[in-house]
Amino acid sequence: MRILTGNDLKTGAVVWWTGEFWSLHVDEAVDVGERAEEIMAAEEAARRVNVPYAIEATREDDGHVRPAHIKDRVRALGPTVRPDLTLKPQDPEALDWVI
Amino acid sequence: MYAYDQYDQQMVDARVAEFRDQARRRLEGKLTEDQFKPLRLMNGLYLQLHAYMLRVAIPYGTLNSRQMTMLGDIADRYDRGYGHFTTRQNIQYNWIKLEDAADILADLATVEMHATQTSGNCIRNISSDHFAGAAHDEVVDPRPYAELLRQWSSFHPEFSYLPRKFKICVIASEKDRAAMRLHDIGIRIIERDGELGAQFFVGGGMGRTPMIAPMVRDFVALDQLVTYAEACLRVYNRYGRRDNKYKARIKILVHELGAEEYTRQVEEEFAHLLEQGVEPPFAELERIRTFFTDPPFEDDAKSVERSDPDFAVWVDRNTHRHKHDAYVSAVISLKPVGGIPGDATGEQMRLMARLAKQYSFDEIRVMHTQNVVLPHVRIADLPALWAELHEAGLGAPNMDTIEDIIACPGLDYCSLANARSIPLAQRISERFDKSGKTGKLGELKLKISGCINACGHHHAGHIGILGVDKKGKENYQLSLGGSEAEDVSLAKITGPGFDEDGVIEAVEKVTDLYLAQRTEGERFIDTYRRLGMEPFKEALYG
Repeated sequence: MRILTGNDLKTGAVVWWTGEFWSLHVDEAVDVGERAEEIMAAEEAARRVNVPYAIEATREDDGHVRPAHIKDRVRALGPTVRPDLTLKPQDPEALDWVI
Repeated sequence: MYAYDQYDQQMVDARVAEFRDQARRRLEGKLTEDQFKPLRLMNGLYLQLHAYMLRVAIPYGTLNSRQMTMLGDIADRYDRGYGHFTTRQNIQYNWIKLEDAADILADLATVEMHATQTSGNCIRNISSDHFAGAAHDEVVDPRPYAELLRQWSSFHPEFSYLPRKFKICVIASEKDRAAMRLHDIGIRIIERDGELGAQFFVGGGMGRTPMIAPMVRDFVALDQLVTYAEACLRVYNRYGRRDNKYKARIKILVHELGAEEYTRQVEEEFAHLLEQGVEPPFAELERIRTFFTDPPFEDDAKSVERSDPDFAVWVDRNTHRHKHDAYVSAVISLKPVGGIPGDATGEQMRLMARLAKQYSFDEIRVMHTQNVVLPHVRIADLPALWAELHEAGLGAPNMDTIEDIIACPGLDYCSLANARSIPLAQRISERFDKSGKTGKLGELKLKISGCINACGHHHAGHIGILGVDKKGKENYQLSLGGSEAEDVSLAKITGPGFDEDGVIEAVEKVTDLYLAQRTEGERFIDTYRRLGMEPFKEALYG
């Protein structure tokens, strides 16, 4: 699947396109197919996202969305060396998902 | 240390006001990201992997306690409670909001700090010896010259759009503790026949094409220092390549022209500039020097009770000989076992500030090795200082050991990185601490970069590790034989790379070989140079 990511303009937080809004959670990302350019142009113009880009990802059997590249998985979770600052501070398996 | 005059303060305040307006216009949609990006970068604001990152300049690594307290307060007020000291003696905050950035710059300005020229193709923060003004072996305190160059290079209209970024380092001792020859311009202040002057080394650097700067002038009179630097920059600005980012650094120009031809052109430009009279009045250098006078040292005990073995090993490893025999410079390690190299919490920063005020005449230095120095500590005060550091988790006795690892932020934070650096540093320090080999290995400089840009100085490590992306997986190249010191050399790659577990095993193997093969008094780098690469390759791949 092809999903969209970028950063929130005000906070810089990593965000993912859900089809309606930008979420902090990659699992809420949707496949945009061929509409990536169109959505990014509109959303960036409206300042709802900063420097968006499209990436490849897969939806796994358990429903989780997994970006294809490790860099985007680190972005999705947070720094692997500071679990307390990630989106899943209580999940000991979150790091395995990144690697 | 240097204190702003009204011009310095006006410049910094004006820059804050200007950036506040630029950020407001960006948030209101009056500037696009393409328009805003170069403006924010000129103020040290990057967009990194997780958020905006702000890099704050610490000129030649010198701080006072008021400034360090502010850095700690910023960490708590605007970031997530910590900051990261970098390999160019600066500090970075990883979780900055754009809407807060101007307020942070305004707070910094109240303590005579800023973030200008910490990014972009301009002259960056001038770096120096972290023991400057305290070391027993310097011919003079190099910081007044670094400050003069800071003032010259700040907002210099001719050098605000160079072909690429430009890094200058100033030292004043034979010992090189600042990787001087791995800078675009490295300056060593020397004394010759009773007169002080400057040696210029130009065209060094790390990155994807590491080079050691050749000497282009063995003595420049100090009343011509700025003029000579200007000549070096002018030739680069005129002929440095702007068509290819990867060939735009001055090292490429010096390499392609040849040091001799580059020097000839610099000398020609220098002669021309001397006629123009661009050098600031010598009185200005004298004025700057008055800010760097010695604090009121007093005679006191020259030794200290060492019955506590933990204290004794800290003294042996983490203190450095001072020019006054009742004092030492004390290194505060930001490398606890298993910790993140260079990170300090807001609370730790405020503690270091208080300790500087109490024990070090209000002076602090940041090391390019991502540690902090209290430059002037009475030997008699060391037990009390160590007790407080130990209590706060800042007392790791590991300076220049295999646990004193330089590591860039890597893929955990940096958008340029290909692999993570910090987890390797954590695992290696834990492993060697546990095995007890750290002390046996002695001086061993291990440096890790998460990409070819080499912010972790892997080219200059006795052992260097470079993280690369191999078909979507992290992979690590091992290199041996680098040094950033006065015996400067570039490390060579051992062979095929390793995965994370494999490279840690590889570090263990090369250090085991060193322990088995070393002769009396040899450091790891000495043994490597004596034996050459082959036995190490054999140990790794044989």
